[in-house]
Amino acid sequence: MIEARHLTKTFRDRKRGEIRAVDDVSFRVDPGQIYGLLGANGAGKTTALRLLATLLQPTAGGATVAGFDIARDPHEVRRRVGFLAASTALYGRLTARETLRYFGRLNSLTDATIAARTQRLADELGMHEFLDRRCDTFSTGMKQKTSIARTLIHDPAVMIFDEPTLGLDIMAARTIVRFVRECRDRGKTVIYSTHIMSEVEKLCDRIGIIHGGRLLAEGTLAGLRSRFGQQDLEEIFVTAVGAPPLLAP
Amino acid sequence: MNWPHIFAVYGKELRDMLRDRRTLISMIVVPTLIMPGLLALVATISVKVTQDAAAAIPNVALIGGADSPRLVAALRAHGKVSMVAAGDGWRERIAAKTLRAAVEIPPDFDRAVERGEPATVRIYNYVGELRSGAAVGELQRFFRAYGDTIVMARLAARGLPPTAIVPFDVKPENVAPPAKVGGNIVGGLIPYLFLMLAFVGAMYPAMDLAAGEKERGTMETILCSPVARIDLVLGKFLTILTASLGTVACSLVAMGLTLAIGGPLLAQKIAGGSGAAARRSAEQITALTTIDPLGLVGVLGLVVPMAVLFSAGLFTLSLFAKSFKEAQTYTSPLIIVILLPAIIGLLPGVELNARLALVPILNVSLAGKELVSGAWPWGYLALIFGSSCAYAAIAVALAVRTFGRESVLFRA
Ligand SMILES: Nc1ncnc2c1ncn2[C@@H]1O[C@H](COP(=O)(O)OP(=O)(O)OP(=O)(O)O)[C@@H](O)[C@H]1O
Ligand SMILES: [Mg+2]
Repeated sequence: MIEARHLTKTFRDRKRGEIRAVDDVSFRVDPGQIYGLLGANGAGKTTALRLLATLLQPTAGGATVAGFDIARDPHEVRRRVGFLAASTALYGRLTARETLRYFGRLNSLTDATIAARTQRLADELGMHEFLDRRCDTFSTGMKQKTSIARTLIHDPAVMIFDEPTLGLDIMAARTIVRFVRECRDRGKTVIYSTHIMSEVEKLCDRIGIIHGGRLLAEGTLAGLRSRFGQQDLEEIFVTAVGAPPLLAP
Repeated sequence: MNWPHIFAVYGKELRDMLRDRRTLISMIVVPTLIMPGLLALVATISVKVTQDAAAAIPNVALIGGADSPRLVAALRAHGKVSMVAAGDGWRERIAAKTLRAAVEIPPDFDRAVERGEPATVRIYNYVGELRSGAAVGELQRFFRAYGDTIVMARLAARGLPPTAIVPFDVKPENVAPPAKVGGNIVGGLIPYLFLMLAFVGAMYPAMDLAAGEKERGTMETILCSPVARIDLVLGKFLTILTASLGTVACSLVAMGLTLAIGGPLLAQKIAGGSGAAARRSAEQITALTTIDPLGLVGVLGLVVPMAVLFSAGLFTLSLFAKSFKEAQTYTSPLIIVILLPAIIGLLPGVELNARLALVPILNVSLAGKELVSGAWPWGYLALIFGSSCAYAAIAVALAVRTFGRESVLFRA
């Protein structure tokens, strides 16, 4: 379970001054649910997810992830979270097997558990033929599978995805989407950020529209449709964030 | 602190590092080449000095002396100058510096000496010209000794002991340890070289493990795993330290091999030449390449905390960079900072004192000079080791703190 309460993060930037990257955001995600965080570039998605993954400390407000407070017990939170982002790369000079062993050890798993899980994940994801090759020789698809296995090695209760399909082709993106769904079906709590409307429509049980760090609208897809009186999620999104400035006639 | 985590990080980073060809080059190839290179340099210089010394035997013209065969024979037997016939233009030749000096022996010199009559030998020279001055010095030494033997003979003839004229002797004695000569030339270089290699060895991995990790996007991957940041820093720091000390160790092995094989070979080659000068320079080279091994252990003892300081310092600095390239622009100017105190330490006359013992790098450079020549200034050594450990601890603490700052790790 994830519960964010008035989560706020401000950055101090020399040129831009104070930036409220995440501004008083509250939401809740239950186990077996996918929560979609929908937002444009710079909306604050990455910052919000980094806060939940305890990579950043909140300026105000807080959150509970898998029963632990992100500020007080970041370590316990990380033990229960799998974090996959476009910006979480693999170590090029390690093999896939070594990568899994490394992250398994950092999760304090025994070598026997790591070996068993590696075997199972390689079966499930079809990784056997490149398990002992160095990651810098991988195709994008192989990297993606290895990254997924890396987030699952400790069997986390909560999965955090930050634009995981960024820069992937349709086939690779579909693999990710299928995998996210499987996570939900296994009862994991999933939060998924993206700016792609169709992914949200296909995948998410609840949707939060974030803009300028603020959560502007939230609900199920059906709920949002009836509230905004529109079928198309893109229209809903544009209405929610306020129409983009029109070109002068 | 979670030691299994620290070791997991350390093991992974070490493996990662050893699979990187660039690290291997900076850690093994560079130090292995530097040591034989250094010996080759010392050897070339020594050979040159020897040749110069051989060429430096001054030629001196002999004027007169046909009726004083005893003196002339003694002069010719004296190896330090080479006597030549004066010929006509000897004055011009001295002025043209093709002749160093001329000795004029008055007529009937031998007989005058026998009778105890006064006689004056004249030495013509080029005042202010270095080699001419050396020739004059050599001639004066010869005549003083020649005169002394005559005085002794006269005393003996009158039945007086030599102490009638020279009541006592004054003799300077060398008490510097035998390795001191080597200690000051090669020895001054060695601690400095170790410092340099400890720095260079730490530099590349530090940038790779901090800025490189950010650049490749693996920093976020590792930060979202349940490893405490302090464990991550310590594991990474230990890896960098290993590279730093590994570089020093490689250079040490290379140095040992070079000296064990190259030193005697070189001495032999030079001694294989002819004459006393060659033998002397062979001895010099042996002295140059003789280093007190215990002193070397002491130097390494001082280099260890410095390697800690370098590793943690370079790591901290590289953390601020977003890319390897940016890290390079931060760290490369530091080479100057390392070079300066080390070069000051190499200057003659700069000696260890309590204040300098607190100046990092310079202190090790100065103490190293003492150590390899067999001297152990314990008080200073304690001060240096203590202060180095303190600086190193501060640097490690700083690295841990910096790694905890999200504004550094997630710089926009
Ligand atoms: N470390 C930082 N320091 C300063 N400002 C930052 C930092 N990280 C993010 N920001 C700013 O905070 C705001 C939100 O950024 P964030 O990366 O969370 O947005 P995003 O929704 O993930 O956008 P994108 O679609 O580009 O990934 C942006 O204005 C960004 O410039
Ligand atoms: Mg983002």
